[in-house]
Amino acid sequence: MSDTQAHMAAFVRTETLPQLDPPVTERGIVKWMRENLFSSIPNGILTLAAFAVIYSILSSALPWILNGVWTTSSLSECREVLEGATGACFSVLTERWNQLMFGFVYPSDQYWRPTLAFVLLFVAAAPVMFFDLPRKLLIFTALFPFIAYYLIWGGTILVPILALVGVVAGVMVYRQLVAGSFAMGFFGGVVAAVVVWAIGGLLIPDGANDTAALQAVPSRDLGGFMLNMMLGVVCVSLSIPLGIALALGRQSSMPLIKWICVIFIEFIRGVPLITLLFVASVMLAYLFPPGTTTDLFLRVVIMITMFSSAYIAEVIRGGLAALPKGQYEAADSLGLDYAQAMRLIILPQALKISIPGIVNIAVGLFKDTTLVSVISMFDVVGMIRGPLSAATEWNGIYWELYGFAALLFFVVCYGISQYSQWLERRLATDHR
Amino acid sequence: MSAITDPPQGSFRLSMLINDTRYRSYTFQALAAIVLALCLGFFYANVSTNLAAAGLNISYDFLGSPAGYDINQRLIEYDSQSSNARAAVVGILNTLLVAFLACVTATVFGVLAGVLRLSNNWLVSKLMAFYVEIFRNIPVLIWILIIFTIMIAVLPGPRAFRGDEPEARMLLDLFAFTNRGVYTPGPYFTRGLGLEGNGGINWLIVLGVLVASFFGTRAVTARANATQEATGIRPNTLWTNLAIWFLPVIVLLFVLGLKWDIPELKGFNFAGGIKVGGPLIALWFALSIYTGAFIAENVRAGIQAVSKGQTEAAGALGLRPGRIMSLVVLPQALRVIIPPLISQYLNITKNSSLAIAVGYADITATLGGITLNQTGRAIECVLLLMLFYLTISLLISTFMNIYNNSVKLKER
Repeated sequence: MSDTQAHMAAFVRTETLPQLDPPVTERGIVKWMRENLFSSIPNGILTLAAFAVIYSILSSALPWILNGVWTTSSLSECREVLEGATGACFSVLTERWNQLMFGFVYPSDQYWRPTLAFVLLFVAAAPVMFFDLPRKLLIFTALFPFIAYYLIWGGTILVPILALVGVVAGVMVYRQLVAGSFAMGFFGGVVAAVVVWAIGGLLIPDGANDTAALQAVPSRDLGGFMLNMMLGVVCVSLSIPLGIALALGRQSSMPLIKWICVIFIEFIRGVPLITLLFVASVMLAYLFPPGTTTDLFLRVVIMITMFSSAYIAEVIRGGLAALPKGQYEAADSLGLDYAQAMRLIILPQALKISIPGIVNIAVGLFKDTTLVSVISMFDVVGMIRGPLSAATEWNGIYWELYGFAALLFFVVCYGISQYSQWLERRLATDHR
Repeated sequence: MSAITDPPQGSFRLSMLINDTRYRSYTFQALAAIVLALCLGFFYANVSTNLAAAGLNISYDFLGSPAGYDINQRLIEYDSQSSNARAAVVGILNTLLVAFLACVTATVFGVLAGVLRLSNNWLVSKLMAFYVEIFRNIPVLIWILIIFTIMIAVLPGPRAFRGDEPEARMLLDLFAFTNRGVYTPGPYFTRGLGLEGNGGINWLIVLGVLVASFFGTRAVTARANATQEATGIRPNTLWTNLAIWFLPVIVLLFVLGLKWDIPELKGFNFAGGIKVGGPLIALWFALSIYTGAFIAENVRAGIQAVSKGQTEAAGALGLRPGRIMSLVVLPQALRVIIPPLISQYLNITKNSSLAIAVGYADITATLGGITLNQTGRAIECVLLLMLFYLTISLLISTFMNIYNNSVKLKER
């Protein structure tokens, strides 16, 4: 064979040629654009339309942002500086930064206190969010609510200390009794804490707030983005345990407990948050004994917590339902009682499944804290709608203020949802 | 020696209430009932003492007394002498109106964005991801306020349309976009079939004809299916269906004498046509784009939930792409999409209560806002308000349960 070929061909190449590069349309950015942007005529039109949209947004937004004025003291000065050119007047943000952050009545020489509490929040949240950190940090997380309360509200230090002592007493009683049964331990702990608080409440002298190291700040003086953060953090952390209890109650085999939970959850989920806030602002006062004055902040916290706990309960119920029945049966066959089975076997798995849902609820709740502006609390949106829009120097500014509020919420909410995705990947123990 | 599974014999001891699983649940339920009764009694006692102290009582008589305030945006006749109950009905209709409008547009935005986000086009899918993330992560209240303030600040006042060289012009001489709202042409009938001055009957007739057309097309499609089953050839139904949809309605509208009332500038404001107020537009648009971002995610998840093997299998059976989509992919994707979609509709209805922030007269703003403040009947107003939203929610969730049961995978 090879002989005949050698005879017939005048020239046979003995070594392979070096590979040619692919044609220019099949490599690099050209190939990528052909495949991803202009793969067909409709796709090409779509791409051009998208470019047009992006161009129109950027061409109006970019000069506005880049030309922004940061250092004047009123809108008219901004206009003088800009001399008719397009440009934002960001000075309202620098000038009114403290009001946007802390509201307009928080004592201005005390701004360091909420700021410090905000910084400490990250230290306290870190060990809960990232499991690789040393577990000892959880002690600080446990102490954080008391520290933050003291920093933000000020007044006598006896109040947070008393609260802490009550909690410690409750935990100690719980530890003693839990060996008998979980219910005994739980209720014993609650009773112990309440007893300590009641006795301690009598010991705090009247007028202790006047001589306190940190000036006392009443709740109605809280405002700005600080109010959103506080409502968000407090209500989410309170509603998770409540939501777990409601979800377990809804699954309970005891009809009475089950129906109480079902009615509560369905009622809360059926009405908008704003009606619950109305309840907090105009109706809740009727439900308490005459003469008791609970401040609006506390009433709002109660209602928002109830609201989010119903939603969290539904998410956790989904997690509980997703567990195979074998898990429950395995727990029973090990001889665990209800509380042990839930604590050691069922809830750790159910909560893991529910994490994305819980984070969604938390993000939604944080966004919903802006609704308190409707019942005339001055959170960041309330500040913009009320005092800042009414101020004569800044009358006529919209984009900058609302854009800033939107940016604040976007950063927090997007950050939390990215964290939740990371956590989901981290907790995925099944092998794929 | 008795079997170890025998329950311990003997008399009932008090400790068995806690330690014996046969009695424990009764103990707990009795405790819960006592606590519940105590709480309710406590609240009831407080409410009655507080009301007595304030010189009030629970009474719904205020619903019959004149409301004493005006409502700009209304679907039924109403003036300031109408009763509070009628003001509440105006509010209910306004809530349903904005909820319905927002549901329709949010679905359009959401489906569009969800499908485009899965597109092969890199730029478009990134742009849609950007849209979804921006709108999901910023409170809807901020969107409502932004759109409302921008509308007021950017759109011209009615006076800008005046004069020979007006600063602003009407779009196609039909639509006027002003800072008070949008004026559009409004249809009316010159030869009504119904009673004099009652346009509602005519619209009901139009609606009836449309429903009849719907069932007509259903019948045509069913016959086409039967023919296909019998002969293997599907008759073309497109033209028949189009004719059934359009011909009767067009004939009817012609018979009724449909005319358009075009808005025009009279004095300081526009007259004629339909006025869609600024608050309604802000609320409608904000709810649509905000909820649209959530629906986009639901749609994307639904489409991605249909495994690629389904498409390939349908292709292997010889189905064309359009039929693959309509017969194989969509029925399965809809099973995943529709339940969250309906709960998004529920969210729209509940979020429409934010109307109070821009002064749109929905039920929260009329009954829960002005009526509450004027009459001081806080408990009654808030309870009625909750009752309304609860009814809507329960209706929607009943509907959703029926739907879920009908599309549930039938397992043997």
